[in-house]
This record gives sequence, structure tokens and C-alpha cells, in this order.
Amino acid sequence: MNDRAKWALIAAVSVVALGTTTVVGVVAWADQGARLAAPSEVVTTDRWSTQGERIVFRNTAPGEGYGHVASVPLADPGGARAVGDLACDRLDATSEALSCLRSVRGIVPTYTATVYTGDGHALLEWPLAGIPSRTRLSPGGSLIATTSFVAGHSYATVGFSTDTSLRTIGGEDLGNIEEWTLLVDGEPAAPVDRNYWGVTFIDETTFYATVGFSASGVTHLVRGDIAARTLTTLAANVECPSLSPDGSRIAFKRVTAGSGANVHWTPAVYDIATGRIDLLPETRGIDDQIEWLDDDVILYGMPREGAAGDTDVWALAADGAGEPTLLIEHAWSPSVIREEESG
Amino acid sequence: MYISLTNTPDEAEPDRQSAPRGARTVSSTVVTLGIVSLLTDISSESVAAILPLYITGVLGLSTIAFGVLDGLYQGVSAIVRIAGGYASDRLDQPKWVAFTGYALAAVARVGLLFASGFAAITAVVTADRIGKGIRTAPRDALITASSEPGSLGRAFGVHRMLDNIGAALGPLIAFVILLVVPEGFHIVFTASLAFALIGVLVLGLVVPNVRTRPAPGAVVRRHTRRPRFDWRRIWSGRMRRVLAAAGILGVLTIGDGFVYLVLQARSDFAAQWFPLLYVGTNVAFLAFAVPLGKLADRVGRGRVFVGGHLALLGAYVVAALAVEDLVATVMCLVFLGAFYAATDGVLAALAAEATTPQTRATGIAAAQTVVALSRFVSAAGFGVLWFAVGREPAMIVVAVLLAVAVPVAALVLRPLLSTTGRAVS
Repeated sequence: MNDRAKWALIAAVSVVALGTTTVVGVVAWADQGARLAAPSEVVTTDRWSTQGERIVFRNTAPGEGYGHVASVPLADPGGARAVGDLACDRLDATSEALSCLRSVRGIVPTYTATVYTGDGHALLEWPLAGIPSRTRLSPGGSLIATTSFVAGHSYATVGFSTDTSLRTIGGEDLGNIEEWTLLVDGEPAAPVDRNYWGVTFIDETTFYATVGFSASGVTHLVRGDIAARTLTTLAANVECPSLSPDGSRIAFKRVTAGSGANVHWTPAVYDIATGRIDLLPETRGIDDQIEWLDDDVILYGMPREGAAGDTDVWALAADGAGEPTLLIEHAWSPSVIREEESG
Repeated sequence: MYISLTNTPDEAEPDRQSAPRGARTVSSTVVTLGIVSLLTDISSESVAAILPLYITGVLGLSTIAFGVLDGLYQGVSAIVRIAGGYASDRLDQPKWVAFTGYALAAVARVGLLFASGFAAITAVVTADRIGKGIRTAPRDALITASSEPGSLGRAFGVHRMLDNIGAALGPLIAFVILLVVPEGFHIVFTASLAFALIGVLVLGLVVPNVRTRPAPGAVVRRHTRRPRFDWRRIWSGRMRRVLAAAGILGVLTIGDGFVYLVLQARSDFAAQWFPLLYVGTNVAFLAFAVPLGKLADRVGRGRVFVGGHLALLGAYVVAALAVEDLVATVMCLVFLGAFYAATDGVLAALAAEATTPQTRATGIAAAQTVVALSRFVSAAGFGVLWFAVGREPAMIVVAVLLAVAVPVAALVLRPLLSTTGRAVS
């Protein structure tokens, strides 16, 4: 083959390859336009919040309002949902506030955390260092916790780390808890590969979270003291905690098989007073920070089989009685607003 | 038998089409290899940039497991790299060994189109890294064989510049696609496959099958007995000095990830633009690659390689000291880019100089592996230091150690400091 023929072949293949890419792109673009314009299966309103006891979540129903904050009445979680204008990747809500983590698409994506008031006005906003993962508001609404993944790049050889930070509703940055003192058996310790994630607040001064050591893969439950800036290790292998409304138990995800890419997490409940751990009857692997529907039932999100970007929220009895049931279709990041909180 | 580098191009490249006469031009083969790298980098960096978003946003998984496995792949890549270099030397087929590496990465892209689970994504990423490990050293051996020894630094500079243009364009293309079609990850995967295919095709069709071994002609060579591979060339004599210097400096190269984290922790500007910092370093790298390569040809590759670490020292110092946010961030990126430009291609040129044509790809691979492994040790060590003494003090400790290591490395490399490829013994 002479040079001319070689370059002609390269040109032809380039045209076909890039042409195919363009066609795929245009089809996806048109498809997306059609999908977004398509009416969603749900009722929409112009506000994310309704009144009364409700579950607030990220709507993942294809069509209009995909990715937006939605809510359903606690009494009828499978019923029609109200979808608002706010788009969040991860959220937590009380009757007074909504913490919303989102990726902002751009030439380079950026990530932000925004706290909205009950009537939908932005109160606070700050940049996140990485991809949104978890957020929690304290029961009294004075504190916000966020966890984001700071993923490495080929030149950035840090590999991976989490950034778990706390803020007050007044806007004060309490910093990355990685810089606080870690107490193992009462002694200060500073293992280098520690990462923190999954804060759940006890009250306005203390919280639980997970510390993980990436070298060994071991995780511990820690109890954080905001005033003293300390974290004290408690039970081992209690990951991504969520405190029950009555404050007596912690629902979490427990590694039950595999490691690394093939890790399998099973929902479990840790009784704080007795230290007893019960695995719950869920055969699928879960990767979410559990939410309590009430003192007897837990909620978690699960990717929908065969539908990329779509998820469902499942409910499971916290005492291990009964199978998981589908509670809210096309939903993610549920947050339950109960009457005593609204009170 | 030791053949001086000075004689290699004409002997080793009988089928070269445009001879790099004089030091003013760079061989068309080098430019073509640069274009292949540009296309391949667009392909791999576009996917790498969106992968964390894809895994968390679409697959709904946490990236924790992904991060844990990351280090393991780096190790695999280092071992494969030596194997790729050795295969290239033994078979005397650098082009086709490199081709295998590029092709493997391209085939892995096909898998991306159909992969839907995390395990599949992991397999694709692993195949991509193995491909990168295989191809790097044979490709650098090809660049050496296609260039005048006196302008090898410039040749690597041109190649690395093109390579980094691809690395800067890849994420840009990916993010623009996602900006227009927010859920269009499969478009990025398709584009990635398209660029990878074109790259492989250009390599296969256009790059001449340059043999690194000097021999009178291809026909005769086929009948000559294959000489024993001389491992002593890799770890004794001048190569030992190159490897030692690279290792000494490598253990104090903590990686720009940590520099970014230090900047991000204290600067609002850096925090807001965190995802863009590596692009800034890339741009500085591509801007400095050719000038510093030329400088290496003029004043000596050893000098530029060791001296380049002063730019790294500059980045450490600026990150550690309380300079104004914006100024500190920009200066750090410029210093890091200059550091990479003065060391990445220049080290390959240095290793090429210190080896024979028979051991060249293995030698280059060995030098790059030493750098990769020592930087891995460095990153781990710096992590310890970070938590032990705090962010800025840890940076200052490493800066002081590096300030000591630079003259030590210069001493180790002394016989090679001023070599420019023209006056080799």
C-alpha cells in the first residue's frame, strides 16, 4: 500500500468513526429532548415541600423532573408525588431546611452544597471538593454534614479520599473532620490512610460517623464531639451509620462478602446499649446511608435493574421480620420528615 | 559490541522516508508517534475524566472500592512495562509491541460500550493500563531510533507536547459532550473508541517498522544469531547511575495530587477550581516540553533532568508558604508543568543514551519503572508525614530533603550530566 492509499484509508476510517460518534450523539441528544419533554408519571407542583409528614427524595422517574427533589405523603408513599424545581444528587430534609448536594455540569464539572429554607430560598452555598456522596442535617437543624469523594486523576496520585465536613446553619465552617483528633481506645492515633464518611447526628453537639482505613479495609464506628474536636472509635465493621429516631439503634451497611470491587454490603442494625448486631434479610448488596422510616422500618435506595440512572427506595423491617418491599419507585436519597420534627 | 548512539539512525532506519537532517527538524516518525499518542490520550483521558461521575451517578456505586484497587493497577502497569520493553528488545519489533499495547487499549474501549457493571468497568480500566504499560517503552525506543542523537531531547519534547495536548483535550471533549447531553456517557465512550481506533490505525499504517538494532540490512539480520540479552546493560555502568538518580529524586516526588490538596485546603480559589488544576499542569507541561527538550540537547540531559527537580522544589515551597492564593496556585501549576517537561521525556532520552540499541527499550522501561515505584513510595511516605506533623510542615520537610537530594543526584549522575548524544564514547 502506498502512502496515498494509507492516508486515504485513515481518512475514510476517521470519517466513519467520528461520523458514527456524531450520529450516536445526535440521536442521544434528540432522545434526551424527547424524554425530558415527555410527561412524567407524577403530579408536579412548583415547590419541593408540601405540608405535614412526608418523605422527601430525589425523583429518578424518566421524563420531566428527572433528578429533581420530590415528596410524597408519609401516609401514601406509593401515591402521586409532588416534584419541584430543585435538582439535587443527594439530599436531607427537616421541616425547616433542605441540604442539597449537586454536580454542576460545565466545561469542568463542579460540585456544590446548598442549604435551602423550608420555602425554597437558598440560605447557604459552598463548593465541594468532589462528587457528592452523603449529607445529613442535625435534628435541631443547626448543623449540616457533607461527604464527598475526591477522586484522583492520572497525575494526581493520591488515588482517592473522602472529604467529610461540618458546617453550622449560620455559615461557620467546622472543617474536615479528618483534621480532628482520632481516639482509639482512648489514645490519640493518626493512621495515615484514614477516611471518614457517613455522618449521622445524635444532637446538636455530637454525632456518629465511619472511619475507614484504606490499607486494611477495616472500618469503625466513631462518635464525634464537635466542641472537643475528637472522634472516638466504637464498634468495628459498622459502616455508614444512621441513628434510629428513638436513638437506641444504628442501622448501617455491613461487609458480608468480598472486598474491593466485589464487596457486598448487607443492611444491619446495631443496638447501642447491648452492642448486639443483627443482619437483616436482604440478599442484594446495598450501598447507601440508610434512613429510618420510623422506629421499626428502615429505607434505602437500590439501583433499578436494567435501567441506568434509575433507582428505587425499598423498606425493610428493622427487627429482621419480613422481606424487603418496594416503597417508592423511581426514587433516591429518601429523607423522612416526621410530625414530632415538624412540631 | 557497543555501537555509539551517534551512528544509530542511519543504520537502524533504512526505510525512513524523511531524514531528520540537521538538528532543526524532528523526524516525521516522531511527529506521527506524537499524533498517535495525542489520539490515544484523548481516548483514555476523556473516559478517565468522567469515570468517577459515571460510577457514582449512573451505576449508583461508591468509588471507595475503585480507589483501593487503583494502587494495585499502578503496580501491574510497572511490571508490564518492563516486560513490554524486554519483548521489544528481544523481538527487535518495537513498533509491533507498541501496537499490541495500543490495540489492547482500543479493544478495551469496545468493552466500555457494553459494560454495565462495576466489575466490567474495572476490567476495562485494567486492560487500558496494561496496554499503556506495554506500549510506553517500545514507543520511546522508536522515538530514539528515529531521531538524531544530538536532538533526542527535542524529539521527546515534541512527542510529549503532542501527548499532553491530547491529555488536555480529552477531558474537555468529554465534559462538553456531557454539557450538551447530560446523560450521554455512552457518547463519550463511543468517541473514546473512535479516537483509539484512529490512533491504532495511524500507528499500524504510517509508522515505519524501525528496528533499533544496527544491522546492514533486514534480510541479513534475519539469519544472524540473536545476541544474548545483556542485563548488565540495564543495571550496571551508566544505567545504574541513571536508575539511582531517578530513584533518589523519585522518593521525594510526592505527586501533584498532594500539592493540589495542600492548595485546596488553604485556598478558596484552588478549592473551586480543584478539578481544573491538573489541566493547568498539563498546559504548562506541553508549553515547556519542546524548549526544555532543546535545552537538554544543548546543556546536557542529566543537567536538565536533575535541574528540573528545582522546579518541583519551587512548587513545594510555594505550596507551603503563605503566598496569595491565586498567585500561589498559578505558580505551583507552572512549576509542576516545568518539572514534568524537564524530567519525563528527558529521562527517556537519558536512559536511551545510557543503553545500547539492543537493550534500549528495557532500559527506558527500567528507568520509568524506578520513577513510578519510587513515587509510589514517596506518596505513601508523605501521607504518613502529613498526619504526623501537619500539612505545611510536611511539605517543608520534603522540600528540605529534596534540596539536599538534588546535589546528591547530580553527583551520582556526574559522568552523564553534560552528555548531549553527540559526544558519546
